[in-house]
Amino acid sequence: MTMDFSRDKPIYSQLVDRICGDLIKGNVQLGDKLPSVREYAIESGVNVNTVQRVYKELEAMDLTETRRGQGTFITSDEKRIIALREEMMYQLADNFLTSIEALGFSKEEMVHVLQNRG
Amino acid sequence: MLQLSDVSFRYNNKPLLESLSVELPIGQIIGLVGENGSGKSTLLKLIAGILRPTNGEITVNGMTVTRRSADQIAYLPDTDLFYEFYTAEEVFRFYESQFRDFSYDKACIIAQYLDIDKNVKLKNLSKGNRGRVKMAATLGRDVPFYLMDEPFSGLDPMVRESLIKGLIRFTDVETQTILLSTHEVHEVEPILDQILLLKSGRIYAQEDVESIRDLHNQNAVQWMKSIYNERVK
Repeated sequence: MTMDFSRDKPIYSQLVDRICGDLIKGNVQLGDKLPSVREYAIESGVNVNTVQRVYKELEAMDLTETRRGQGTFITSDEKRIIALREEMMYQLADNFLTSIEALGFSKEEMVHVLQNRG
Repeated sequence: MLQLSDVSFRYNNKPLLESLSVELPIGQIIGLVGENGSGKSTLLKLIAGILRPTNGEITVNGMTVTRRSADQIAYLPDTDLFYEFYTAEEVFRFYESQFRDFSYDKACIIAQYLDIDKNVKLKNLSKGNRGRVKMAATLGRDVPFYLMDEPFSGLDPMVRESLIKGLIRFTDVETQTILLSTHEVHEVEPILDQILLLKSGRIYAQEDVESIRDLHNQNAVQWMKSIYNERVK
């Protein structure tokens, strides 16, 4: 399936986000092999150069490792995924704080709302 | 590499393209965009060697482009130029007789991937299916440069998607370059490396798609509109 992309972010970083999401949701398991750059490009309908950049980025984040002649694999280091989950949590919180600030809500108000939503 | 140096083209003394200079590296998919009548088709024909520039020079890997450059360049025209009584099979056989780099087998694999019935005459095919046949014939060739004039126009979203995927699947980004003109900028953007924007016969911008998003915080369509608006003022 071809994916839709939002306008405000480079496509490669949207793909990185998507894979990170799959990692912390457990859709992708530790040590799993990723499709080849070409396969992934065809699958998601994006440029091969873009996918190359995605894979490079994931490797720089220590989320994947490339084994010579075998392909790219998700890290087998569980701690890295736990840390990623934490990072994403903070990132989400930051985004949330930016939006409520923009609309003039206070943190206290929002905490109250969140607690009551259950 | 494909290089245009100060290329102009006049027709009936009317300037259609004016002093274009641009370099297209190997290994990229480049979108040629611009409003109707901005000179996209003319530019592609010049690069394909079908038209000759009035001034300036176009070179492919250092050699001046002529009609003989067809052995380096596969050109997909926007019009239906094949005999309508031909079947896709016959189109492929014709291509095989004309181009040494054409692989009948590859064209058949692409035809199958795009779901074309090779034994139906073109006149009995829908516009979408004729578009697929053209794409299969073009990608059946193995050349450093593919020039495609509006390969997705007038086709439904499903056909467009299968053609876009076929493009990625059946070309090799490391050794080949695709220059395609399109109005479907939003749909094609994810497969593009860079965009060349033509306006009134001039190149108004050449930009990497990722940097359009990174630096301008816009997708390609918004970027294109903003350039058009800004220069209109």
